Amino acid sequence: MKPLLLQLQNVTKEYQLGDSTIMALAGVSIDIREGEFVAIMGPSGSGKSTFLQIASMLAEPSGGIIKLKEQDVTKYDEKERARLRNREIGFVFQQFNLLARTSAVDNVSLPLIYAQVSESERHRRSVEMLQRVGLGERLANTPAQLSGGQQQRVAIARALINNPSIVFADEPTGNLDSRSGEDIKKLLTDLYQEGRTIIMVTHEEDVAAIAKRLVVFRDGQIISDTANTEHAMNKAAKVKEGSPDLEVTKTPKTKRKGRA
Amino acid sequence: MPFGFVFTIAIKAILVNKTRSFLTMLGVIIGVGSVVLLTSIGTGLQAYVSDQFTSLGGSVVFVVPGDPFGDGGGFGGETSMIESTKPLLKRTYFNQILRNTRGIIKDGVVSGFSTGEAKYKTTTKKVTLYGVTASYGSVNKSDTASGEWFTDVNEQKGDRVTVLGPKIAEELFGTIDPVGKKLQIESRSYTVVGVLEKKGSSFGGPSFDNYVYIPLTTLFDDFNTQLIDNFTFEAVSQEQVPAVKAALEKELGRYLEEDEFTVFDQAQLLETINSVLGMLTIGLGGIAAISLVVGGIGIMNIMLVSVTERTREIGLRKALGATPDLILLQFLIEAALLSVLGGGIGLAIAYLGSLAIQPFFPARVTLSAVMLAFGVSTVVGLIFGAAPARRAARLSPIEALRYE
Repeated sequence: MKPLLLQLQNVTKEYQLGDSTIMALAGVSIDIREGEFVAIMGPSGSGKSTFLQIASMLAEPSGGIIKLKEQDVTKYDEKERARLRNREIGFVFQQFNLLARTSAVDNVSLPLIYAQVSESERHRRSVEMLQRVGLGERLANTPAQLSGGQQQRVAIARALINNPSIVFADEPTGNLDSRSGEDIKKLLTDLYQEGRTIIMVTHEEDVAAIAKRLVVFRDGQIISDTANTEHAMNKAAKVKEGSPDLEVTKTPKTKRKGRA
Repeated sequence: MPFGFVFTIAIKAILVNKTRSFLTMLGVIIGVGSVVLLTSIGTGLQAYVSDQFTSLGGSVVFVVPGDPFGDGGGFGGETSMIESTKPLLKRTYFNQILRNTRGIIKDGVVSGFSTGEAKYKTTTKKVTLYGVTASYGSVNKSDTASGEWFTDVNEQKGDRVTVLGPKIAEELFGTIDPVGKKLQIESRSYTVVGVLEKKGSSFGGPSFDNYVYIPLTTLFDDFNTQLIDNFTFEAVSQEQVPAVKAALEKELGRYLEEDEFTVFDQAQLLETINSVLGMLTIGLGGIAAISLVVGGIGIMNIMLVSVTERTREIGLRKALGATPDLILLQFLIEAALLSVLGGGIGLAIAYLGSLAIQPFFPARVTLSAVMLAFGVSTVVGLIFGAAPARRAARLSPIEALRYE
């Protein structure tokens, strides 16, 4: 068995929204080992995105324990968490989140700046990574000059540039047309075959199908965690249809004042 | 993290959004530029007037009729105008004083004013006639550039001779040397005996270079006046000025009531003029302060807006490994660069502006104005650049990324 990479133990996340407390994660435990490709599914408001944010160190849990490479990182301060995000984690967003008016190379090299890699080394590695995702001809283009699929490939190159332990992807094909979506699926499959650990949230069954393990969320809990078979996928799809209480557990996605 | 890396990040961020960066700088440019330029006008004026007075030498004491410094209206105010229509100062007092104060007073001048029309060939000018006794040149350090001052004899006899200020000489005679020429003043013929060296004008007051100087007796004879405008005494040394003032008070007290004359020295005169100019500088400074405030608000606004607009960028940077400290440092460096660069441009513009008005106005850029303007705009830039960045840097990456 491959070594443990990421462990969540009874992790909870509560949001305060007005007078009511919303339980986005109600005690989630999961072990993820090196080289796994995990798809996270579930109806909207099931807590899958919150899970991804907490697992990737982008947000802090309300309770529970998070271990990375068997190291308890739950109580890490912001500085250490920033370092983990920089060195151990790659993140692919649904909205790409590239810096506007900034070339593809500069976007990809951004994490390297925070890792204090020298300018020439940054450039060399970024160019190499862009070639790897098939954008060797688009190095100097800004996001506005790239298609959605190309932008997402830049974002994936950026996620991989620091050679992270885990790549998180939040609806990586959600903003793309089906052809670009296919490109991204292929790219993710290739990465998995290279031995990368990938955790991907998606609500699209065909995208989830490329993963090897399927985790289904509902009401802030994991209700199923199996190998990714056709049978498991069908069950996951039914969960989607049969979730009656979306409003109660809805993860707040709208802007609010104050802290989450 | 080495400073150089963050510096690179800041520079890239500034260059990526040139319009926003320029607008930010514009606020600083206007703030710094207007403050420095406006105060340069005030201080330049003050320095210029001081220079003018010190060039006269510090050992001169004046006597004027009435109480120009009193409550009645301030220097050159109403009181002196009313009082000076009565002939209070008399030449006999002057002669008596000179006789009684030998040893502390070196020399003295009596002067009076009139106006008239001067004509040379076809050129006619309205001029100020300054009737003075022959010591005027030596007491007021007013030497001739060509010819000589008229003599005591000329003055006592009431000869029609004249010494011209350089400016009026040029206006009447052009390039011709006026010495020896005849000048018609109110249809009477005066011989020009000398032309003075250039002295410049006391700003806002009459210019010595524009006066037509004639013997006092001649002024009284030809212009139907007996009014003496002032006595000017030269003490033997600057240390004797207080003694001279005391002696003058005592001597004049024999002939005149206390409120009928005023004795003052250059220091007092300078002080009075400086207090007036000081008010002017404060007024200009006030206007400048308003522009600094407006400029500051401009900087504040653009900084707040640009940082708020960049909350998502901050979220992304945090997601990719930037710590809150680094975010803050980046925005501080950006704000500092823009403030300093804008301040520099503002200074350059103010300096060029002051040079441009130099021919018309004695503007003088001072270090204190530069430091004040530069300091205020930089501090405002830093505070309002860094405060919202600090707030944004504290948000969790997810919060910042979701920000709309």
